[in-house]
Amino acid sequence: MNQLRSFILKEFRHIFRDVRTMLILLVLPVVMVLLFGYVITTEVKDIRMVVVDFSHDDVTQQLCERFSSNHYFHLVGSADNVSQATHMLENGEADVVMVLAENFAQQLGHSREASVQLLIDGSEPNQASARTAYAQQVLTSIAQEFSATLGIEPQFQIIPVTHALFNPHLRSEYNFVPGNMGMILLLICAMMTSVSIVREKEMGTMEVLLASPLPPLVIIIAKLIPYLVISIINLVTILILSKYLLGLPFAGSLPAFMGISMIYLIVSLALGLLISTLVRTQLAAMILSLLLIVPTIYFSGMTFPIESMPTLYQHVASLIPARWYVSAVRKLMIQGVEVQHVMHETAILAIMAVVLVSVSLATFKKRL
Amino acid sequence: MKENYVIEAAGLTKQFGTFVACDHVTFKVHEGEIFGFLGANGAGKTTAMRMLCGLSVPSAGHATVAGYDVYHQADQVKKNIGYMSQKFSLYDDLTVAENLRLFGGIYGMSRRQIKEKTAILLQELGFENERDTMVRSLPLGWKQKLAFSLAIFHEPKIVFLDEPTGGVDPITRRQFWELIYRAADRGITVFVTTHYMDEAEYCDRVSIMVDGQIRALDTPAELKRTFEAENMYEVFLSLARTAIRTDS
Amino acid sequence: MIVSVHNLKKRYRRVQALREVSFDVNEGEIFGLIGPDGAGKTTLFRILATLLLPDGGTASVDWLDVVRDYKAIRRRIGYMPGRFSLYQDLTVEENLQFFATTFGTTIQENYHLIKDIYQHIERFKTRKAGQLSGGMKQKLALSCALIHAPRVLFLDEPTTGVDPVSRKEFWEMLHHLQHDYGITIVVSTPYMDEAMKCDRIALMQDGQFLQIDTPQAIIAGYERNLWSVSSDHMHQLLGHLRQWPQATSVFSFGVTYHVTVSPDADANRLRNFLAQKGHQHIDINPISASIEDAFMALSTTRQG
Repeated sequence: MNQLRSFILKEFRHIFRDVRTMLILLVLPVVMVLLFGYVITTEVKDIRMVVVDFSHDDVTQQLCERFSSNHYFHLVGSADNVSQATHMLENGEADVVMVLAENFAQQLGHSREASVQLLIDGSEPNQASARTAYAQQVLTSIAQEFSATLGIEPQFQIIPVTHALFNPHLRSEYNFVPGNMGMILLLICAMMTSVSIVREKEMGTMEVLLASPLPPLVIIIAKLIPYLVISIINLVTILILSKYLLGLPFAGSLPAFMGISMIYLIVSLALGLLISTLVRTQLAAMILSLLLIVPTIYFSGMTFPIESMPTLYQHVASLIPARWYVSAVRKLMIQGVEVQHVMHETAILAIMAVVLVSVSLATFKKRL
Repeated sequence: MKENYVIEAAGLTKQFGTFVACDHVTFKVHEGEIFGFLGANGAGKTTAMRMLCGLSVPSAGHATVAGYDVYHQADQVKKNIGYMSQKFSLYDDLTVAENLRLFGGIYGMSRRQIKEKTAILLQELGFENERDTMVRSLPLGWKQKLAFSLAIFHEPKIVFLDEPTGGVDPITRRQFWELIYRAADRGITVFVTTHYMDEAEYCDRVSIMVDGQIRALDTPAELKRTFEAENMYEVFLSLARTAIRTDS
Repeated sequence: MIVSVHNLKKRYRRVQALREVSFDVNEGEIFGLIGPDGAGKTTLFRILATLLLPDGGTASVDWLDVVRDYKAIRRRIGYMPGRFSLYQDLTVEENLQFFATTFGTTIQENYHLIKDIYQHIERFKTRKAGQLSGGMKQKLALSCALIHAPRVLFLDEPTTGVDPVSRKEFWEMLHHLQHDYGITIVVSTPYMDEAMKCDRIALMQDGQFLQIDTPQAIIAGYERNLWSVSSDHMHQLLGHLRQWPQATSVFSFGVTYHVTVSPDADANRLRNFLAQKGHQHIDINPISASIEDAFMALSTTRQG
């Protein structure tokens, strides 16, 4: 126990004494969130909306007014039919089309639930998802307002049905936060762990450690724990930043989110450990870790939607841990689903964790 | 008769913060001389050598190497010197001939010159059969001999050797010194550091650095007389004992 | 035999690093492995330190098998690898503390063992190890290897690249450890003069032992006639000596040349031969061999 503690202390000293490592570990995640946050907040201003109103009654009138008074939106016109509005989207004259059905007010009155169709220019997924989210927020607040003035419980619900044109599988959520989490955690766990283990090989200190009575398992655990701790700090930082800076609501269960994040962290750490057993130089460890990150960017669903990939690519994607993590985080954070809806992802990640941990433990050499 | 000096250092000083690594070092090296540059670890040898090679800027004082100022004309200095360090000298994953071609190219030799000199060099070293051997599969002693030949491949005026024989077997070590003699006979000045005290005896003159300063500079015979020592090892020991600073 | 090695073999892809070497080390002895880089010293150390598996043969340390009982051996040995292998970004004290804990002990517990050595560097204890000079690093590394009071010390080229003064100090420390605490020390070095400081040595080249004995016996066993020759023209002398038919080998040795000559060689005839070539102040003395002479003689016979 004493051995483990002093080893972990040593690891933290290495980290704190190296400015570069510190920057990568603690500043990079913040910078990435801020960078994306900046892109989002500047791009979602002045959302040009076209309304296709088939009701033309007081309710839809009020609804339109709410949108035009919201400073994120301005109405650039109305259309008589959907194809005309779509045409405006195609020509780049509008960003969002809202279609209000003939019986909107009736539906709302009867079932307290009515749907609104949103057509969105989906060519830029991040922008599109941000715009959708803003429209969604406006609609929700309108529904609350209606219920409040009429004193109705339970509240009205206006459900947006979103169709992204040009990129039909775009999901209506902030893509980048879950994707970024998947990537940053992988980067820190896999790259930093493997580099820190391989550095000992390169410096010759591993030779002394192995020739000492220190059990290899202690070496491994002591190497993993600091990065686990730092990853958790990063996780919390990203959550706080995205809630208070980007205004991204955290809809789901926090314990469930932390739980699945822990499994993902273990998978990433095991990957780092595995890399460290395969290479001899820090440079090689770094390159191999980057090779892990590239497919993560392409196949995790953070840049390209999995559903629209060819079947072969979908199979490839299912081998990428981040693909399951990102999917689970999206469901938990943004859609706010219950835990049972992410059991599939959790189970797959758990299996990956078990396999990777056993393989990397088995390959970790107790000799040179 | 006017002496020809190829290295002249006057008050050469290098300071890192409050630490004076090299403290007003003044000396001259004759053309064609084998000059031994000795000193304990941390005495300031490497610092001084770096300044002379134009790799590091002196804090004070000045030095000329091959007639060029090491600070203002570092590029000219580099053209006129050869350098061989213990750690890196050759590309392991290139063959012997490829290494020669590379270094010849770096120093601006023509392709014909490189070809001619390669043939001569391989013959001199008895490496004719190793022409296309990867350097990494040569024994250490061979590598060091090749590295030295490479350092003087472009016929520099001076060659700097930083512990060239560390870890080399005794026979190869002696063969290495025969190469040094041969270079000196051709008029190349040799500036060499070593931890083998018998090698200090092979030098024409030897300087011994202690605490960043040159404390002794003379021929080995004269040094032994001055210090009433039987060999250079004793000379070195009696000087190094005066060191105050034990660390760099 | 606290260290016992029989027919040990190890091959890397390209190189046969060890070719069936055998030797024993007595308890409390300083045993030297003397040979140039690439002789196989490091491979041998790594096998003894349980870091490498041999391809053939057996080895035991403190009566424990290096393959089967590696865990027990790791508790009883102190190992100092060839290159400086401490944490450069940790301070002197942090390094020592870390290795003490790693071996399940404390600095206080075995301070008496390292006191003489550590005293030299104690005033730098808050300095990072990477900023120490060669001699100091080596003292710190030795302190770290000693902190758990090992039965056997394996020191792989501890004095390489270290200046003569620090080397001398280092050997004094080793003799103290041997004398005061009875620690067995297996040490390698490329410096032939350090062989004399060992109780017994193995001369090593190309993965083989040329000879194992006390340094004195190895010197006594040198059978050739050896002359020390000098003149006023040392550069030319080398070539001229090689031309002399009865000289079998000529090597420079400090201020003179060591020449091995055939049994019937006559010093006066050599003197005349050299005088004809224009040498003056010719000095020829029969001398007894040094370890280096013995090594060179043995390695040339082996190669020839």
